[in-house]
Amino acid sequence: MSDYVIEMIGIRKEFPGIVANDDITLQVREGEIHAILGENGAGKSTLMSILFGLYHADRGIIKVRGKEVRINSPNDANDLGIGMVHQHFQLVHNYTVTENIILGKEGGFLLDTKSGSRRIKELSEKYGLNIDPDMVIENITVGMQQRVEILKMLYRDADILIFDEPTAVLTPQEIDELMDIMRSLAKEGKSIIIITHKLEEIKAVAQRCTVIRRGKLVGVVDVASTSVNDMAAMMVGRQVNFKVEKKEAEPGETVLAIKNLNVLNNKKVLGVKDFSLDVHAGEIVGIAGVDGNGQSELVEAITGLRAIQSGSVSICGRDITRMSIKERNESGIGHIPEDRQKRGLILSQPLYNNFIIKDFDKEPFSRRGLLNRKSIREYSQKIIDQYDVRSGEGVNSLAGKLSGGNQQKAIIGREITENPKLLIAVQPTRGLDVGAIEFIHKELVKHRDKGNAVLLVSFELDEIFNLSDRIAVINSGRLIDIVNTRDTDEYAVGLMMAGIKSEKESG
Amino acid sequence: MVKNTLLKERKAGTLLVSISAVIAGILAGCVLLLAIGKNPFDAITLIAQGALSDPRRIGNTIAVSTQLILVGLSVAFAYKSGLFNIGGSGQMLVGGCVASVWAYYGQGIPRPLYLVIIIVTGALAGALWGFISGLLKAKFNVHEVVSSIMLNWTALWLIYEIIPAFIVDPSVPSKSAAVPAAQSLRTTVLSQFFPRSYINWGIVIAIVAVAVIAFILNKTTLGYQLKAVGSNKYCAEYAGIKVERNIIITMTIAGALAGLAGVTYYCGYSNVIYRNQMPNEGFDGVAVALLGNCNPIGVFFAALFFSILKAGKGSLGAGADIPPELSDTVIAVIIYFTATAVLFRNLWNGLFHKLYEKKIAKSNVKSADTSVQGGM
Repeated sequence: MSDYVIEMIGIRKEFPGIVANDDITLQVREGEIHAILGENGAGKSTLMSILFGLYHADRGIIKVRGKEVRINSPNDANDLGIGMVHQHFQLVHNYTVTENIILGKEGGFLLDTKSGSRRIKELSEKYGLNIDPDMVIENITVGMQQRVEILKMLYRDADILIFDEPTAVLTPQEIDELMDIMRSLAKEGKSIIIITHKLEEIKAVAQRCTVIRRGKLVGVVDVASTSVNDMAAMMVGRQVNFKVEKKEAEPGETVLAIKNLNVLNNKKVLGVKDFSLDVHAGEIVGIAGVDGNGQSELVEAITGLRAIQSGSVSICGRDITRMSIKERNESGIGHIPEDRQKRGLILSQPLYNNFIIKDFDKEPFSRRGLLNRKSIREYSQKIIDQYDVRSGEGVNSLAGKLSGGNQQKAIIGREITENPKLLIAVQPTRGLDVGAIEFIHKELVKHRDKGNAVLLVSFELDEIFNLSDRIAVINSGRLIDIVNTRDTDEYAVGLMMAGIKSEKESG
Repeated sequence: MVKNTLLKERKAGTLLVSISAVIAGILAGCVLLLAIGKNPFDAITLIAQGALSDPRRIGNTIAVSTQLILVGLSVAFAYKSGLFNIGGSGQMLVGGCVASVWAYYGQGIPRPLYLVIIIVTGALAGALWGFISGLLKAKFNVHEVVSSIMLNWTALWLIYEIIPAFIVDPSVPSKSAAVPAAQSLRTTVLSQFFPRSYINWGIVIAIVAVAVIAFILNKTTLGYQLKAVGSNKYCAEYAGIKVERNIIITMTIAGALAGLAGVTYYCGYSNVIYRNQMPNEGFDGVAVALLGNCNPIGVFFAALFFSILKAGKGSLGAGADIPPELSDTVIAVIIYFTATAVLFRNLWNGLFHKLYEKKIAKSNVKSADTSVQGGM
């Protein structure tokens, strides 16, 4: 009766204090790639969790292939041919690919991995997944792990595939591969729903796109005939600027000077090798590189979280190589850490305690060891207002109750309010929506324009190119080259990220 | 439709959780008593009478609560910084032993000075024991549970040798000479209100300690740092707080509190140390801290509650002819329930959530009647 393979009509779901889905309707055609676009917290994941049986809708109906169904658990969803690749993979790390895939479908008492492995191989070849069924999960890349998750769905004969933010953990090449896989899946008649807030991906792969904002349906668009800017405006509710507006840099004195730095990584081998770099006042230097090439070690060595093997680091001419973390902070380093929930905030404590974590022992927050609650609160309120940190109970909100974007705004507010000579921003916009990204980019440029140095580490080339005045490329712990952003392009930087220094410059 | 968002889901508070754990524990104890054919109401009455029926008994209950407050405080304080101090017994022993040595040899010292000396040195001895655990944790990542349990035994065997060598009771070589009342924390200031009881200055020390620890945790930069390290040591490290130093400080203060408990116990309450006897209070303190939600005021009341049970159990055996093993079992059941307070939190939150969902569903039905379905 209808050519929709999935219909969710008038879905409403409420959580304490918030309407996550308010009368949302989603219709997916057979064999199409359908994107669900929305900012963080817009209700995309809730909607998909309802379809996958993880949550129950308060109201609304779900039809699969025209028939109204009740989906009470992921098992019900599986039986209806619905499969989902979660943002965080659900794999047993010391099992092989085959063992992971047949887990829960083993059949009899004796484990028969042979026939499973044969079928996995067939599926892998059919859809170009390029997976060896006998590999152990912990030995394969994140991109391959994701393809194992896809195989898991295919093995269970799913033909409606849900992808929850599938590209968040992938390198640019892996993203391209995933897009190819999705296209070939769709060609074989699978229907695909992809949850994302990345517009380029939608443009590249989807036919139609359902846009959600604050739990409400904004509209359904035909991707080919809608511009990225229009989709962004629908998602955010206003026009968005993708290009960061910034003046030409006016580099001043050297703020950060790294000389011949060697740092051990967690495996006790050199993670940063003979690395030298200067960052000047009034410029943003971006460190480009694939995740895991020494960026974390480099940042931790500068901020004091990791011991320096040899070499030196100085701030405004002062050698800080042997200083404690606190002394480094006080000599003018601000740090937006890579993992905002592990390092950046104390999630179980209210915001006001998080804002003073570096300064609790200084006036006016404390005197002679006694805290001054009033000034702590006033200071916290100021940061909240200035950086638009949204939370349920203002400064009293527990940091863990905030959305990811607001957590990040809180950290950035805390760090920039200190007015550090050097601001180190690691993956400052990871997992955030365009509205928050725009805000954070503006703040970083503003900080540069006040005459400070900014060291940006990002795995997103777009972000590096958008913000950086100069780009330093790192590969397996070595500095490959430093180039002016206006003299290079993504292709050249991409080659350097793979460890290949361009002929022109070295020759 | 928007009005639904105004409904707020209730969350179980700590007081509710603690009190329901106590009630569930008492109920379970009652079931146990019924099972052996005893009347639980009689038992409760007997416990209350045994602990509170006259000034002497009240005085004894307060005296029992003294060391529970201090050890409970010690466990709670360490817990706030993410550490588990199960070494309260050893810290009590060394604190009590040092005070007992002073009692034996320090007869001529003027009393006010003498009291200050035993209190301070007893606390310092406990602090040293805690410091060792803290140091091992900070420098060599030795888990404080392992090191503090080992230090319990170190203290026990050390004192096993110290008693015969320095402070032995000549007639009973397995224990120390009883500390004379004049050398103990006992005082007529308090015992005039609770005649013939064991009450002593310890309770004042304990109340002051509650106030000081509450102050440190809530009002000082030290408390701020300790809590930061306890809640997220990675973030504390990132912010430049010296995590290792704070671990050592925490364990030292926790040890000092337990050391004080030892002073009040061995130089105020029991007044003798037996060779080869580990004081139970070090472990009871864990239950006290949990029931009190690791909050100093909560610890105070939790300790009072436990001391009523402890002090009242004697008359349970005598009055209702319940074997002493069973009265201990009843106490253990209650401790068990309080230690699993988290179960009650989940229980209450689950209940509140159900009620909340019901309310939502009701208001949804209402709004569905009135609102027009807006399709695509």
